[in-house]
Amino acid sequence: MAGKSNVQDVGQGNRAPAPVPFTAMAVVAPAVGWLVPGLGHLVQKRWTRGLLLLISVFAMFLLGMAMQGKVYSPNTGDILDILGFVGDIGAGGLYIVSKAMGWGQGAIFRATADYGTKYIVVAGLLNIICAVDAYHIALGKKR
Amino acid sequence: MNLELSHFSAALLFALFASIVFGITQRNTAKEMLRYGAYCFALFIGGVILAGWVMWLIKH
Repeated sequence: MAGKSNVQDVGQGNRAPAPVPFTAMAVVAPAVGWLVPGLGHLVQKRWTRGLLLLISVFAMFLLGMAMQGKVYSPNTGDILDILGFVGDIGAGGLYIVSKAMGWGQGAIFRATADYGTKYIVVAGLLNIICAVDAYHIALGKKR
Repeated sequence: MNLELSHFSAALLFALFASIVFGITQRNTAKEMLRYGAYCFALFIGGVILAGWVMWLIKH
């Protein structure tokens, strides 16, 4: 009996995971989550998580702005600026609004402004993680 | 608006918000999220204090 049950266990362990159904939410959640931080979770009724993510990413981006941080542009030609832009663009709507309003264009001449620049870049990178998490929830890989 | 934060308070706020996002996105249950967020926060702050002491030792 014991031997038989062991064989069955090994067989179940080797079985390939069931395919995950691809739904419209799997496209919508990461897209809106990128545009507005936390919204990818909120549209899937993860209210507490969504609000905490929204507050965290918004707070980091706005604190970076308040510290006179720099918002990178896409076509400066400098590799470090391009990397900064990749981070910034992760903030989605926040980046678009800041560019439209002309925020974060001043020259950096204080240490806190450099911190602000890093806050803005990291807010974008964290928002990408949030959007990927919203995608995983939509696929059912995560509760 | 012009916000002037000290090195430590800037690192503290950074650690707080990054830990919240890490905790929520890297774990499945609420309890695990809280524990992992607290763990990340402790590592961030521990790293800041350690780096501060290393810089102090290099200077002296």
